[in-house]
Amino acid sequence: MHSDNHPIRAERIAQAAALIRAGLTKGPEGRPCAGTGAAEIDEALPWGGLTPGLHEIAAAYGDAARAGFVAGLLGRRPGPVLWCRSRRTALEAGDPYGPGIAGLGLAPDRLILAEAARPAELLWAMEEGARTKGLAAVVADGVIPDLTAGRRLQLAAEAGQGLVLLLATGRQSTASTALTRWFVASAPSRPEAEGPGRPCWTVALWRCRGGRPREWMVEWDDAALSLSVVAPMADRPLAAAIPLPGRPPAGFDGQGPGRDQADRGRPDGGADGAGRRDDLGGRKIAAA
Amino acid sequence: MGLAAGMTLADARSLLPELTVADADPGADGKALAALTDWCGRYSPWCATDGEDGIRLDITGCAHLFGGEAPMLSDMIRRLWDFGIAARGAVADTPAAAWGWARFRPKSATPILGEGETAPLLRLPVAALRLEAASLDTLQVLGLNSIATVVDLPRGPLTQRLGETVLARLDRMFGRAAEPISPRAIAEPWASRLIFPEPIGRREDIDAAAERLTAHLCRAMSLKGQGARRLALNFYRVDGAVQHIAIGTSRPTNTPTHILRLFAERLDQVEPGFGIEAIVLEATEAEPLAAMQGALTAAGEIDATDLAGLIDRLQNRLGPGRVVQLVPVESHVPERAEVREKAKAPSPSQPSAGPLPLPPCGRGASTLPRPWNGRGRGPRSGRVRGPSILKSARPISLLPIPEPIEAIAPVPDDPPLTFRWRRIQHRVAFADGPERIEPEWWRHQDTAKARDYYRVEDLAGRRFWLYREGPYGAPEPPRWFLHGFFP
Repeated sequence: MHSDNHPIRAERIAQAAALIRAGLTKGPEGRPCAGTGAAEIDEALPWGGLTPGLHEIAAAYGDAARAGFVAGLLGRRPGPVLWCRSRRTALEAGDPYGPGIAGLGLAPDRLILAEAARPAELLWAMEEGARTKGLAAVVADGVIPDLTAGRRLQLAAEAGQGLVLLLATGRQSTASTALTRWFVASAPSRPEAEGPGRPCWTVALWRCRGGRPREWMVEWDDAALSLSVVAPMADRPLAAAIPLPGRPPAGFDGQGPGRDQADRGRPDGGADGAGRRDDLGGRKIAAA
Repeated sequence: MGLAAGMTLADARSLLPELTVADADPGADGKALAALTDWCGRYSPWCATDGEDGIRLDITGCAHLFGGEAPMLSDMIRRLWDFGIAARGAVADTPAAAWGWARFRPKSATPILGEGETAPLLRLPVAALRLEAASLDTLQVLGLNSIATVVDLPRGPLTQRLGETVLARLDRMFGRAAEPISPRAIAEPWASRLIFPEPIGRREDIDAAAERLTAHLCRAMSLKGQGARRLALNFYRVDGAVQHIAIGTSRPTNTPTHILRLFAERLDQVEPGFGIEAIVLEATEAEPLAAMQGALTAAGEIDATDLAGLIDRLQNRLGPGRVVQLVPVESHVPERAEVREKAKAPSPSQPSAGPLPLPPCGRGASTLPRPWNGRGRGPRSGRVRGPSILKSARPISLLPIPEPIEAIAPVPDDPPLTFRWRRIQHRVAFADGPERIEPEWWRHQDTAKARDYYRVEDLAGRRFWLYREGPYGAPEPPRWFLHGFFP
């Protein structure tokens, strides 16, 4: 009989544990990759996740859904994250906020923020980071490398076995050497009792080397720190109960909009809600 | 030509009508003297400016490097002459003696005073004691013209008559009292210098010199178990300018390749001009280096030395303030809840773990229910709104400066129905709040107002963190701001 602490078995368990800890799984090509967190998305990627290299994640101007998607993704990988951005990006779109990203499973102390004044410096910093082993990822905001720079980054990322995530703005399509290109956008959430519900995003895989473009609607569960694919809005069973964008111009009849929505979305929002509606009667509207 | 310092302009013009006149610029003179003092660092690490027109060097233990005191001094004077500076120099046992000998020695005398050689000093005029004009006048009136006449006078009456200065100067001149030199730049215990027989200017030569210096310094430091935290390379140019390149490391290091790589990015900035004649590498800050054990990191663990090297390179190229880490601060004011600190590499013993929740975190992780109506103590109605608990949600990104928005909202504390930010109108679909955040009164003497924060989602699903500053009914109407974004 083998004893439980047989050296070979212990070693295998240790290896498996290390893999699980690292959040890494072996892709079909044998390259280690990082899962996005949603099984459906990972399955659509030829490597079973994001493989070391250059990945471009685009979003509309000022849309924070992408930051959420990226933070959730990075939260699943160990190691520090080098977050490079240009000074302009930092001023315009704000910087990652520690208490907020902690809620997405990315510990703020893992973040190294680097600010570059010029695109050339930003590219240099990205390449240095990509070459360094042990980083969870290099995230770059505010620069889109041309084909040569992109190729350099890809090679550096392969050498360092790290992820390089390029945050692009807008839907413009430029030639790119990225392995995958994504577009992440906010989507209306399913409202909860009070206010907005869990964050919902549409995650579109625009291009993927060896894969097909797809699109998913995902929901972030910030208690379980996990991403799950949900049915598109129209197919949702709850859809009938939720008033969608075309709601009547509430508020001008003296009722608060949020509450109005909330009560309708909440099955038990009866007596309580009614009482409050009385409270709301006769309010004024103020413009500030 | 008979011109001398202190002459009136009219007298000087009468002697030399074509005299060029320029205003005195003591500031620029001081700077030039300081630069020249730095240049003297090529002779000795212990140099200081002396008054408005002098530089003193402690050449103890340095002279033999230049072939002795006399060759050293003549080399110095010759090079200064080449810069277009007419300088007089002297070597003596004490700084005060050197000061006097340089300025007042007879024309025929040698500039070097040997050890214990005081007799020539006695023949100098009393002005060589560096006294004030009043004391000099008194001495003159008394007929005391040379140092020899003063040196043997009884000390008591001399002090009574002229004050303590004369005696103090005498004592300093003859080495009976110490006169320390405080150097412009403190000499570092960890330094290595390279002086070239011929000035160099090519980049390859500079690289090779840096490599030699680094290797030398690192060997010396590793013998003593020290590592450098800050290093400086000083380039002494032929024209007397000194160029300075400094780098810093996040952890003490004495690895030549690492240091060289940090310097390599800055060596482009060196302008050799007409040539560099000496290079000095100093470790301006050193720390004991913990014994290192390499190549035992398991797969998946962070290689701390790699990371430290990366942080160093980023900081040296982008600037130290540009590479930061977020550090939580105990404050309920959002923009104060974190500060940025210079990034540091994690120490090898405790690599930063994976996901690690940090309070105060997102709404889902707030397992501690806090009744939000118990929070605001401001002038607001005590209405209780349902069984809601405060989900102290915090945005994923925060604008460095909250941006004013135009919002339309029901009075007194409802979220906006619609708001306009950066010229785009957003209609609010859902909202959560308010969460009142009072200013930290113990910090602010000024007029910071309470803020009511709302988490809103617009029709497209984008989420914002808005706040209203100030209550309704105050003389100033409340203002709305956008502060952050939720994913």
